[in-house]
Amino acid sequence: MVSIKPANSAGTEVGQPQGAPEPPTTVWALKDLLDTNTLSMKDLELVFETTDTMVEVRERPVGRVATLRGTTVVTLFYENSTRTRASFEIAAKALGADVINLAAATSSVGKGESLVDTVRTIEAVGADILVIRHPGSGAATLAARHTNASVINGGDGAHAHPTQALLDLYTMRQHVGDLEHRKVVIVGDVLHSRVARSNLWALRKAGAQVTLCGPSTLLPRSLESLPVHEGAGTCRVTSNLGEALEEADIVMALRIQRERQEQGLLPSLREYIRNYQITEERLGNANPNALVMHPGPMNEGVEISPEVAHGLRSVVREQVANGVAVRMAILFLMATARRR
Amino acid sequence: MSPVELQQGQEVARTIRRLAHEIVESNDGADNLVLVGLLTRGAPLAARLAAAIETFEGNLPPVGQLDVGLYRDDLAHRDPPPPIRPSDIPGTLDGSTVVLVDDVLFTGRTIRAAMDAIMDFGRPARVRLAVMVDRGHRELPIRPDFVGRNIPTASSQTIDVRLTETDGEDGIYLMEGAEQHGEH
Repeated sequence: MVSIKPANSAGTEVGQPQGAPEPPTTVWALKDLLDTNTLSMKDLELVFETTDTMVEVRERPVGRVATLRGTTVVTLFYENSTRTRASFEIAAKALGADVINLAAATSSVGKGESLVDTVRTIEAVGADILVIRHPGSGAATLAARHTNASVINGGDGAHAHPTQALLDLYTMRQHVGDLEHRKVVIVGDVLHSRVARSNLWALRKAGAQVTLCGPSTLLPRSLESLPVHEGAGTCRVTSNLGEALEEADIVMALRIQRERQEQGLLPSLREYIRNYQITEERLGNANPNALVMHPGPMNEGVEISPEVAHGLRSVVREQVANGVAVRMAILFLMATARRR
Repeated sequence: MSPVELQQGQEVARTIRRLAHEIVESNDGADNLVLVGLLTRGAPLAARLAAAIETFEGNLPPVGQLDVGLYRDDLAHRDPPPPIRPSDIPGTLDGSTVVLVDDVLFTGRTIRAAMDAIMDFGRPARVRLAVMVDRGHRELPIRPDFVGRNIPTASSQTIDVRLTETDGEDGIYLMEGAEQHGEH
């Protein structure tokens, strides 16, 4: 792995007792997980190593442990979600935590309670960890500022979705190992995608060569508009998919939201499909073993063809399965850090 | 104060051979035996015990390794927190004789955690405990079945078991002042 010593590294190195064979341990030191840009390469390694153990735990005859007995995890979702909410709930229960699910539609949010009031109420009833999804960019950061509970950003507007990026990187590493110098192409509505942004920061830390590709109306105008964080990797932007896919190791298609058409950002779906749909034919340019990923839910026949979505290169189902183990790792690291 | 050497090289190997014989004798053979080493140093010890058993019984008992990190009662008190690592348990443990293997037996808390962990992998007919060194100071009602050496210690002392696989040499050392790593 690349060794980078970023200035804002969240982890601290601690020496092991004399004679111990383990390498220096990174200690999780973050109260919240708001985006991947606050994670150092060492933090990423710690998450992935911990995830390896969680994958093994899930494979046991009894696929759960009682480690987080006494920890309460609250999920607060202001947006619809199937996999992220379910995955956090399964992860928390597999570690023995208590889980309370709140959906904005059924909580006092419907009565006009503000986000900050809701978060304070949740803390007052005894939440240790709060997983929040919200349509507004920055909502998780705002919540974290007003509570002593640990906040995990489960997706906020077009800002960030850190656990999705972590499970994406974990899945990539399972297949191609070290991500340094690997070519990763992210295709679609990059401009509005929290998945793309969180992936970009993490992939740069890991030393990957990232290409962002899509119609110019759905791309950041310049890289300057994307705050660039430290990392050994590179990033470029192009509207030419054929060129972007050349020798790609990993191709990630993003979900196209149909309302973008109403906003005038997408002239027609048909044109998008013609130029940007990931098809078997287009993948001919990529590395023969290239992985195809999608954060879900997929619009089959729009951003990805059904053959590719369910084809041999697709790791979409693995992404979902790894999502549980990665979220177990994050919950474990955060909860044990809180107890210290 | 520099470490006091208590055992070294060939002596360690002899102790392991004796433990292997005792395990097989008490089990009436090597049938249904599963040796499970507790990470870190219990794992190579379990592998060596299995290899020793193979030399006189003819077959190699299955060997597993167990990380008890997720079952500890003191995760909140350990700084730095121990890394948690995947366990690797061979097949089902139902009906088998599981021998837990560790380097140093101290408070007994690791073994308590290991017993909880092992039950998540199946229902062994019996669980035994083999350790290289019993240094006393138990905090729980736990007692080893097979002991390499009993070494009475003061709380201020630690026992350091070194193995070629993890430390580049075989040896047992008594040290002053340091903290017993692994909190056995």
